[in-house]
Amino acid sequence: MLGRLGWDAIPLDQPIPLIAGAVVMLILLGIVAWVIARGLAPYFWNEWITSVDHKHIGIMYVLLGLVMLFRGFIDAIMMRSQQALAFHAQGYLPPEHYDQIFSAHGTLMILFGAMPLVIGIMNFVVPLQLGARDVAFPTLNSVSFWLTATGALLVNISLVIGEFSRVGWLPYPPLSELRYSPGVGVDYYLWAVQISGIGTLLTGINFVTTILKIRAPGMTYLRMPMFCWTALASCLLIIAAFPVLTATLAMLTLDRYLGFHFFTNEAGGNAMMFVNLIWAWGHPEVYILVLPAFGVYSEVISTFSGKPLFGYRSMVMATLFICIVSFCVWLHHFFTMGAGGDVNAVFGIASGIIAVGTGVKMYNWLFTMYGGRIRFTTPMLWSLGFMTTFITGGLTGVLLAVPPVDFMVHNSLFLVAHFHHVIVGGVVFAVMAAMAYWWPKAFGFRLHEGWGRAAFWFALAGFYVTFVPMYVLGILGMTRRLQQYDVADWHPWVLVSGVGIVILIGGVICQVAQLAVSIAHRNELRDLTGDPWDGRTLEWATSSPPPVFNFAVLPQVKDAEYYWEVKRHAREAARLGREPDYEAIEMPRNSPTGFVCAFFATFVGFALIWHIWWLMILGLIGAYATFVVFAWRDVPEYIIPADEVAPIDRANREARQEALAGAATT
Amino acid sequence: MSTADSTLPISDPYRLGYRGPNLARGHGGGGPATKRVIVGYGFWLFLLSDIVVFSCLFAAYAVLADATAGGPRARDIFDLDRVAIETACLLASSFFCGLATIAVAQRNQILTQAALAITGLLGLAFLLLEASEFANLYAHGDGPTRSAFLSGFFTLVGCHGLHVTVGLLWLGTMMAQFLAKGFRPDIGRRFLCFSMFWHFLDIIWVAIFSLVYLVGTRL
Repeated sequence: MLGRLGWDAIPLDQPIPLIAGAVVMLILLGIVAWVIARGLAPYFWNEWITSVDHKHIGIMYVLLGLVMLFRGFIDAIMMRSQQALAFHAQGYLPPEHYDQIFSAHGTLMILFGAMPLVIGIMNFVVPLQLGARDVAFPTLNSVSFWLTATGALLVNISLVIGEFSRVGWLPYPPLSELRYSPGVGVDYYLWAVQISGIGTLLTGINFVTTILKIRAPGMTYLRMPMFCWTALASCLLIIAAFPVLTATLAMLTLDRYLGFHFFTNEAGGNAMMFVNLIWAWGHPEVYILVLPAFGVYSEVISTFSGKPLFGYRSMVMATLFICIVSFCVWLHHFFTMGAGGDVNAVFGIASGIIAVGTGVKMYNWLFTMYGGRIRFTTPMLWSLGFMTTFITGGLTGVLLAVPPVDFMVHNSLFLVAHFHHVIVGGVVFAVMAAMAYWWPKAFGFRLHEGWGRAAFWFALAGFYVTFVPMYVLGILGMTRRLQQYDVADWHPWVLVSGVGIVILIGGVICQVAQLAVSIAHRNELRDLTGDPWDGRTLEWATSSPPPVFNFAVLPQVKDAEYYWEVKRHAREAARLGREPDYEAIEMPRNSPTGFVCAFFATFVGFALIWHIWWLMILGLIGAYATFVVFAWRDVPEYIIPADEVAPIDRANREARQEALAGAATT
Repeated sequence: MSTADSTLPISDPYRLGYRGPNLARGHGGGGPATKRVIVGYGFWLFLLSDIVVFSCLFAAYAVLADATAGGPRARDIFDLDRVAIETACLLASSFFCGLATIAVAQRNQILTQAALAITGLLGLAFLLLEASEFANLYAHGDGPTRSAFLSGFFTLVGCHGLHVTVGLLWLGTMMAQFLAKGFRPDIGRRFLCFSMFWHFLDIIWVAIFSLVYLVGTRL
């Protein structure tokens, strides 16, 4: 009846996951109870859960990403503290538990932390920057989000029901085959990643269509803000790379569930094929994450230097260069696995060359700042922290791209330090910068600067203290994923790294405090004009938070940085341009399709993990029924009449007129 | 602030390669495309991603083609006659799908339903032939668990078969929608996607027929 599921799946002998799970459940139940008690349930259902508004979906993505980032960070704390204690000792985490933690850490941070954060920011920003009313397929967007949430939920269910994968964040066979990993851990990984991967693929399709097909009139390609270009490159990579992940994991799934022989040791299976295929997805995945991050830095640095982005066209070319070359370097993830000298040389050179694109970007950012009036706000600090950190990380990456060096330090903590340098320094810093930068656009008030700066400095210092010792440890020969060790030379460096994570905890506390303080003081931090940073791109042309239709009248773009031009003219004339003629706007209706789909997907995933076949069939029927019901609806849109649009826009124009008058008198 | 003001001068610094305004919707500076273009374009992208899935399965099959582990080789098990009939069924069903497109353009309910029904029946025939091939192999102990080669074969061809199955489900839904809702623009867009999907299955099948069956029987 319940397949493999029984009471023995609950790890009653392990207090840590049980307590953690119980606390999370209590918090969730508490939130639900609070929402119901305050009578907010209809509000959340109508405005958020069933919303197809790209801004709301973006915010939910970011929230999901932050929660998963926090969970992944707790895993990091456990690993650092375990290694600090496990010199000539067992520490407090047994090997089978430690293995689950590092596997979950990587999976969560990349696929359920960084991906939702980056996609969430794209969701919120791209349509606004393009002057569009929404994405190309709003309901599909909601489906994407909820499928991602399903994947995250499955990973977290594994904390208390069964176990998570113990084979690392990429399930290399033959270790991940049924014979060597008979438990449900790898199955949790497979189905969670598979379901959320479908969501990611749909997002990629949605955003390429949005960027290529529904830009505002006059928004030619070379007038698009840099962030839109990077989002486009990232989504093209999603479309080309995520199907590879889907196919690869499907093959491993067939091996495990039906006894196929794709990657097994027996009957002609080929484990190296898995390694090649997974990195054909895995390396582009790195750029899927970091390209939008580059876009964020471009926007932030340009805005806070008060200058247009230097070398815009070379930036576009560098972005697309990286987009293409990222498919030609995958083998550098396994130089030591027997491809031979010639092949290694080709991929080593390709990996060196891809750094050129990033180098172009670095110089462009530097020259954007050169001669500018730089404002050192929180987003700008994160961007500067990124530039130093990413250069170090990039250079150690170029080192690792040299096959002979790679043979010396592969699989060591040197590698771990390298990819944390580029992913934390590149992606996480960008997410923090983007949050501080676009928060006022999303909620109508700024974040508290003091706490933001404190969070930045703690994070930067903590980051270096945690990861620089790992370079040393790697050169000293410490391999990654060690549950315990007895080399005395390593111990002091491991301890320093442990101190680093304590400083990072300080950063996290400051970040949480920043959110809490800012929300509590939102009236003092309020911005009525919709343009708190003196921005240059279209999202600052509308009010904060933007109305559901984004722009009262679709912008007619006539220039690169057109909004900046409009603003300059308004300043010279000390008044706004004439009031536009408002027209009725057609917007997509909200739909519970995404949420219902994810509801069934969760059951299908859970049923597959535990071999509960009747539940799986029920879930699939439910999902099909959902599609049919969605396809049967007759009125997919609703009309907002012009006399509802007008007052919303007029209020914003009034605030801007006041700001202009204020600027003119001072 | 109004960005719709048309009185401002133009000072585009990025004029290099600029060939005058392109006012077609959905291109350059022409503003948002029509819904039909947006939907069709998005579905093309989906089909491209699906082609990537199949290309992985093709690659895996190619890698594992010689890994027969003492089991049967490709030329021992392929029956080209059956495959030729399968191919004929699928290509003919695509032809009838094309006729359905014309019928939809003419808003002719009877012709639409008839053409779609034949499309579906031919697709079903293809699927049954494929199922009988698989059943035959199983019966001789040559299932996908026999060798890596057979794993690759069953997965590649089976994945195509799965797509045809989903396509049939979609086709049935489509026919019901034309009956219940008539030729509404949104149903028309959906049908555009379906017909692209159905022709796409042909393209994949042609590749399977050539690279798996024809090459396989020669080796």
